[in-house]
Amino acid sequence: MKGFIIKEFYHIFRDVRTMVILFGMPVVQVLIFGFAISTEIKDAKIAILDYSRDNMSLELSNKIISSDYFILSEILEDENQIETVFKAGKIKEVIIFGDNFARNLQKEQNASIQIIADASDPNTANLLVNYTTGIIRNYMTEKMGKQSMPIEINTEYKMLFNPEIKSVFMFVPGIITILLMLVSAMMTSISIAREKELGTMEVLLVSPLKPIQIVVGKVIPYVVLSFVNAITILLLAFFVFGMPVQGSVILLLAESLLFIIMALALGVFISTVSNSQQTAMMISMFALMLPTILLSGFIFPIENMPEVLQWLCNLMPTKWFIIIVKDIMLKGVGLAHIWQETFIITGMTALFIGLSVRKFKIRLE
Amino acid sequence: MEDHIIRVENLTKKFGSFTANDNLSFFVKKGEVFGFLGANGAGKTTAIRILCGLLQPTSGNIEVAGYNVSRQSNKVKKNIGYMSQKFSMYEDLTIKENFRFYGGIYGMSSRAIKEKTEYYLHKLGLEKEKNSVISSLPLGWKQKLAFSVAIMHDPKIIFLDEPTGGVDPIARRQFWEMIYEAAASGITVFVTTHYMDEAEYCQRVSIMVDGKIEALDTPEKLKEQFKVGSMENVFIKLARGQQ
Repeated sequence: MKGFIIKEFYHIFRDVRTMVILFGMPVVQVLIFGFAISTEIKDAKIAILDYSRDNMSLELSNKIISSDYFILSEILEDENQIETVFKAGKIKEVIIFGDNFARNLQKEQNASIQIIADASDPNTANLLVNYTTGIIRNYMTEKMGKQSMPIEINTEYKMLFNPEIKSVFMFVPGIITILLMLVSAMMTSISIAREKELGTMEVLLVSPLKPIQIVVGKVIPYVVLSFVNAITILLLAFFVFGMPVQGSVILLLAESLLFIIMALALGVFISTVSNSQQTAMMISMFALMLPTILLSGFIFPIENMPEVLQWLCNLMPTKWFIIIVKDIMLKGVGLAHIWQETFIITGMTALFIGLSVRKFKIRLE
Repeated sequence: MEDHIIRVENLTKKFGSFTANDNLSFFVKKGEVFGFLGANGAGKTTAIRILCGLLQPTSGNIEVAGYNVSRQSNKVKKNIGYMSQKFSMYEDLTIKENFRFYGGIYGMSSRAIKEKTEYYLHKLGLEKEKNSVISSLPLGWKQKLAFSVAIMHDPKIIFLDEPTGGVDPIARRQFWEMIYEAAASGITVFVTTHYMDEAEYCQRVSIMVDGKIEALDTPEKLKEQFKVGSMENVFIKLARGQQ
């Protein structure tokens, strides 16, 4: 058993590709996701078409431009230009002030502003429009507040657990989940499939080793390495991106370990149904990675999906693990709040272990 | 009967409607070099896998090293060695590490492993290479090493499944010398091959055609029986007769 584990470590450390996937990829992915992908808006280019050019329209324009979100890139003269600037592609939003902006506002208390956004990227367009209306509303209360508003409702909002709406906070739990899944499931399934392909599996099966010993021997090194990976990602998240861990670190690590074991069991199961490294990799990639990314709530919110897909999401172990990681890291909850998710993952682990042990035996016959 | 180390009675193995082994019965004597011949797809590998406990027979009674393969496969496994068709050492481990690993899975002590490793490295003249990874060695060496590894735990029987595929004639010759040496030390050798010249090296051979054993005897008697000069012609005659 000890010899088996040592041998497995030799395989891993001598194969450059394995090493890159195991250690290079997690770091690179965290950095890429952390730095490059961002749902925050900064310095979006806008154009302004101002038919009034009075003190109030200029004041409001200045207010919008001086926020961090926007940069004034063009001042338009008439409506015909709008289409042209959008087509040129640089400008994401055009703000149009109607005629007599200040007079309408002061006399009739009713002035109009039109906001046109480039919705070829709907998320960005939404955010831009929200930011703009926010600024406009602000300006309005500033001007009118003291005057003649009959009733006034002040909405004040607070973003709990992630006050600055940092996207890193969203991505780190997702990345940990996906990497652990990838590394654990794919690497084990490939390494077992490799033994089959090379014919060494036969020799192992002829030996007095029990199937369960073979499986455990193959899996233990990956448990250790995946765990190291999880810690690396958490450290990166903490030191590079300042992601807090509000809850218990030990609980977080324990949950990670549980998830790793689940993924490994899944990997073993995949390897029992595939005879070559190629198949193992294909199955891991397509049957595992894509649904994992798409249906876990990592990128697309599950609440917005059609009901059928929501059901499918429930079958994804990753969905539950992402919830766990977020709850522990951001909300700082204890086991009492996430026992259901933990229970589901434990159940899945048991299921996959059961299935693969069964499959392994059947293949032996 | 005492010296029959492998006893096969009415072995049948079916995969769905295809019968890979059709009612085989034979025995192998202790210390014998037993050749198990047949064309590709004749059912040799299936039979060898059943004997090693890798596959369960559909029906039949099989005893290897005195144990029933279906019911006592663990005891069988402790007493046999196996070298598969595919080259079966780890390419990315060194010679020493391979010995260590395979000795380990048969539960040998570290000291015994060390002694055996030194013994075989010395015998093969590969002491200087003990820390080279397997993938850097020529195929002929690899095969001899794989054989050494397969018998390092002193099994009673060694199963060789087409051990000399793809090796040059000189290396094959040397390989057979190792087989003889093993047989002389009391290990029973069960070998499949489709090189008919190698069949001449065996004490007794069986020839399988389409899942059945069509002939079983010493090479001399088989040649006499079919009135031909070489095993190759015996084989061709048998295979033709089937068509």
